[in-house]
Amino acid sequence: MAGGGNNEEELSPDDEHIISASEEEDGSDDESKHAKLLEAISSLGKRKRMKRTERSEASVQVSEFSVNADGTGEKVNLSDLLGTMDKTPGAPNKTKQQLKNLQNRKETLELPLSKQQTEKIQREVAYDKSSKEVSRWETVITQNQKAEQLVFPLRQDPTGPKRMEQVVAGWKAKTPLEKEIFSLLHSNNQPIHDPLLTPAEEASIKAMSLEEAKIRQAEFRKARVLQSYYEAKARRERKIKSKKYHKLQKKAKVKAFLKQFDEMMKTDPAGALEELKKMELSRMQERMSLKHQNSGKWAKSKAIMAKYDDAARKAMQEQLEMNKQLTQKLVVPSDDDDDEERNVEEADALPDFVNDPEPILDSVNPWMRGKLTQEHSEPEVTAVATETADEEEEENEEEKLLREFERKRKLRQDEDDDLVPVPQEEKQEEVAGENVIQISDDEDKEEEEEEVVVSEFNSLFNRLMKSSSVPPVPEQTGAEEAELLDEGLVRVRTMDDLEALQQDVVMDTTQPAPASATPAPSMETTSEPPKKKKKKKGIDPNEVLTKEAKVIKMPLAPTVVEEEEEEVHAEQTAIIKEAFAGDDVISDFLKDKRKQEKAGQAEVVDLTLPGWGEWGGVGLKPSKRKRRKFRLKAPAPPLRKDQNLPDVIISEKRNSSVANHQVSQLPFPFQNSTQFESCVRFPVGQTWNTQTTFRKLTAPKVVTKMGAIIEPMSKEDLPPVKESSGAGSGATIVLGEKVEEETKKARRRNPLQKKKKKSRQ
Amino acid sequence: MLSGMKVKVLCRNPDDYVRETTRDIQRVPRNYDPTIHPFEVSREYTRALNATKLERIFAKPFVASLDGHRDGINCLAKHAKTLSVVLSGACDGEVKIWNLSKRECMRTIQAHEGFVRGICSRFCGSSFFTVGDDKTVKQWNMEPPGRGLQEEPLNTILGKAVYTGIDHHQTEGTFATCGQTVDIWDEQRSSPIRSFSWGVDSFSCVRYNPVETELLASCASDRSIILYDMRESAPLKKIIMQLRSNTLCWNPMEAYNFTCSNEDYNLYTYDMRRLDVPVTVHMDHVSAVLDVDYSPTGKEFVSASFDKTIRIFPKNSGHSREVYHTKRMQHVICVKWSADNKYILSGSDEMNIRLWKANASEKLGLLTPREKAALNYNQKLRDKFQHHPQVRRIARHRHLPRDLFKQKRELREMKEARRRK
Repeated sequence: MAGGGNNEEELSPDDEHIISASEEEDGSDDESKHAKLLEAISSLGKRKRMKRTERSEASVQVSEFSVNADGTGEKVNLSDLLGTMDKTPGAPNKTKQQLKNLQNRKETLELPLSKQQTEKIQREVAYDKSSKEVSRWETVITQNQKAEQLVFPLRQDPTGPKRMEQVVAGWKAKTPLEKEIFSLLHSNNQPIHDPLLTPAEEASIKAMSLEEAKIRQAEFRKARVLQSYYEAKARRERKIKSKKYHKLQKKAKVKAFLKQFDEMMKTDPAGALEELKKMELSRMQERMSLKHQNSGKWAKSKAIMAKYDDAARKAMQEQLEMNKQLTQKLVVPSDDDDDEERNVEEADALPDFVNDPEPILDSVNPWMRGKLTQEHSEPEVTAVATETADEEEEENEEEKLLREFERKRKLRQDEDDDLVPVPQEEKQEEVAGENVIQISDDEDKEEEEEEVVVSEFNSLFNRLMKSSSVPPVPEQTGAEEAELLDEGLVRVRTMDDLEALQQDVVMDTTQPAPASATPAPSMETTSEPPKKKKKKKGIDPNEVLTKEAKVIKMPLAPTVVEEEEEEVHAEQTAIIKEAFAGDDVISDFLKDKRKQEKAGQAEVVDLTLPGWGEWGGVGLKPSKRKRRKFRLKAPAPPLRKDQNLPDVIISEKRNSSVANHQVSQLPFPFQNSTQFESCVRFPVGQTWNTQTTFRKLTAPKVVTKMGAIIEPMSKEDLPPVKESSGAGSGATIVLGEKVEEETKKARRRNPLQKKKKKSRQ
Repeated sequence: MLSGMKVKVLCRNPDDYVRETTRDIQRVPRNYDPTIHPFEVSREYTRALNATKLERIFAKPFVASLDGHRDGINCLAKHAKTLSVVLSGACDGEVKIWNLSKRECMRTIQAHEGFVRGICSRFCGSSFFTVGDDKTVKQWNMEPPGRGLQEEPLNTILGKAVYTGIDHHQTEGTFATCGQTVDIWDEQRSSPIRSFSWGVDSFSCVRYNPVETELLASCASDRSIILYDMRESAPLKKIIMQLRSNTLCWNPMEAYNFTCSNEDYNLYTYDMRRLDVPVTVHMDHVSAVLDVDYSPTGKEFVSASFDKTIRIFPKNSGHSREVYHTKRMQHVICVKWSADNKYILSGSDEMNIRLWKANASEKLGLLTPREKAALNYNQKLRDKFQHHPQVRRIARHRHLPRDLFKQKRELREMKEARRRK
């Protein structure tokens, strides 16, 4: 384009020159001819040149809007356009003002940033964007981390039966038999896919209108209700134990039947005849059976009783009569109808336990049957819908049970604790209590209030001592080492090896134990001995032993603990000194030690029984020989560790054999020892828990399916974003703005560039 | 006389002891009253101790060894859709396809001249890609060619420089190679659609993020790890470490976490949003770590080291939970965790691929429900009493070869000394 324009510009002066020449030499012919020739030549050349330009600028001239490309060569300056702005009335004043300002400004634009810097900015922006994108997963990931159980693969097909349409849609005929069946179905216009009904079926469905269906449904409902009502009634009646009631009931039934039969004779003779036949049949069966033959258990017992009991005799006679009736030959069937029928009825209606040797079938005890009774099965059937609710209830019950058990267990344990060993915290408290008592003993004259004060001092003192003497435990190293694998040269192959390994442990643990005797939040280490030591450290016996300072008045009110420690510290130590000034701490301590030693010594057990092997009686004592023989002396206990340390008590209650199995440091996730203990105390096994809780408690954290590929998480696992379509466009816009911002920032950061530009100007 | 007496009859409910079907186990009536089940803690403690012992005794992780390569194994790849198929590339340019269930080689291809540097399966499992020292990227069909036909690659791309690693996109037909630059390729084209470079360096590994599938990370020889977004024209971020990282692996369940295996014997887990500090440093190896792969559950990862061991780390623990080694296994070059979270595959210098159980004492095969319940209970007990010294000691004990043991001790001493200063 630019090249073409230049050419024309160069040409234009030539043109003018040529034209002027032709005008000058109009007069002379030769010259004019010559001029024409020249003109022709020049025009030739011109045309050629023009053509070239035309060819290069074809698109400009052949415009689809048929606009002439007249001023192609001319450049339009901005100032030309702006000049017209003042004259045009339509342009707003504001823009005019702005344009003027622009014209007045002399500064040039700033240089674009260097390539490296722009790249850096782009990178930063892109990184921010992608990290933001990745952060969307945070909720899902934390959720998975907290989850009690994770089942992989994450996305699984819903278990259980699929819908009919799904199954049918995915199914294809494969075997020849299936194909044949399909072809048959096709020929019969049997639809395979969706509606799944033949035209005939559809028609039948259509034939039943909605109202009809409703009526029918109502009928069904009514019938069901009636049925259940009658069932309930029958059940209720059957449960009634009164014999009289049943007798009456029977009679009423027979009467009703007779009536019905009479009616039937009149209205429906064929039906009556059938009924008669039925009765005949039942009578025959009755005759064939051993019923009423006085051979049953009941009959035999009654026969024995009949001598003495009128009722029994009566019953026997009834039976005999019945037997007679049954065994009678029927001469005139029409006459005997009633009797027979009555017999049958009676036979049916008689409570079976009267006759049956073993009352199995309809016994009072529903448990005694192998199967579930109807009464049991029925509610199950009806309660299918509410099964889940029931389950929950069951669980609740279970939980209740468990809670109860837990409570009981605790109770028992508490009892045990009371009985046998000494949990340390309590022990500590006891010790403190003893101290208090002793102090009060010493200072009999002083009042109770002062006692309280003293005990407070005691506790304060303890706390102070603890805070000053306990060094911070390097927990981290312990935790680190706990994580480490214990890699060694021993290869474990059998249980024996493992046992050996354990013994090593015992050796290991016993050795460093004294070295690391820090009173960490431990389960079993008794902190009693160090406490005693502390007492020694805290109070100088020489000061304390001055008996003259016994009577000291306490001008201070109970100290306020909330005060700042630094100030209080000195004061408190002074108070403590005062408080213990009158005590004979050393003698107390010695007493204490003696007590402990005594407790450690085994006592003599006297097993002599007076009167065994010799004369006994009032005033007689068993012989010396015997006493000597039956007084058992326990072997002397091992020497105390603090035997040669007069001012130290070392407790011997710590059982080293048990200590090897106990946790010495509070494990990581637990906050305090009680938490940990409660966690350990709660049993998991089947012996202590119901099946469902056991299953819940032992559920593994990660479940994988055998042979299933676990795909990495995919975007479908993400929680739905609020505006999926809008977010994308928004993001791009933000990005654009961000780029601008970043570039601005960058410019602010390096003002050097600006300076450079200015210097150039 | 009789009527005055009350007769108490023993009555048992058959519901309590009769099975519904003969296939049910016998019902045992239970009384959960705690007074008749005393010493629960001590009993469970004993059970836990026994469970731990049994676990250690049954810990036999080695399953099988696949031999057949004629040179050290340089790279391994899992089939994307089939659990039993594994691909391996050796230092002599040979690629073998293995059937794990039969433990035999199904197919051998002379894929490259020189090393096979990288191998990866296409996401659909229909084909796989290899890169080698002969500056080519080759795509192969997963199906063997017909009888009498020669093994021919589906595609061959000749590049300008040696490619050292390859990885395929999770869902699309693009893959990434690394060499002197990190290139993103479309499967249909013979030139990369994008190529990233940041400074002059050569890359040793490139991996796609399996979750945020457009992100990539690579390890470069100038001790750096560089992140990329496939959609951007420039790399995202670079971190420079003290020593070179050999490989890295993204966590398949946590989109922003990845772990890299470093030359300084450690592994570093990073959160890609906060790259200035690693989330966790995983120590225990006593030589350079050469490869790392995450378990598909994203809870653990396995690392292969030059010190001839494989170690399994929980993702947030500083130390390994397991160490595998055998007498004959040499420097372990590559390692993979199978997609069903059950097995680990390791390829080592001495031309063998080894198959290990991911959980050393796990019983393979189907378990009856009662077995399963018992195992779960034992696991729970072990967890519950894991802090008790006896249990812990047994659970943590591992055998280590003498030289490794010595090296480890030495390292520990050095570390202690440094700390004391």
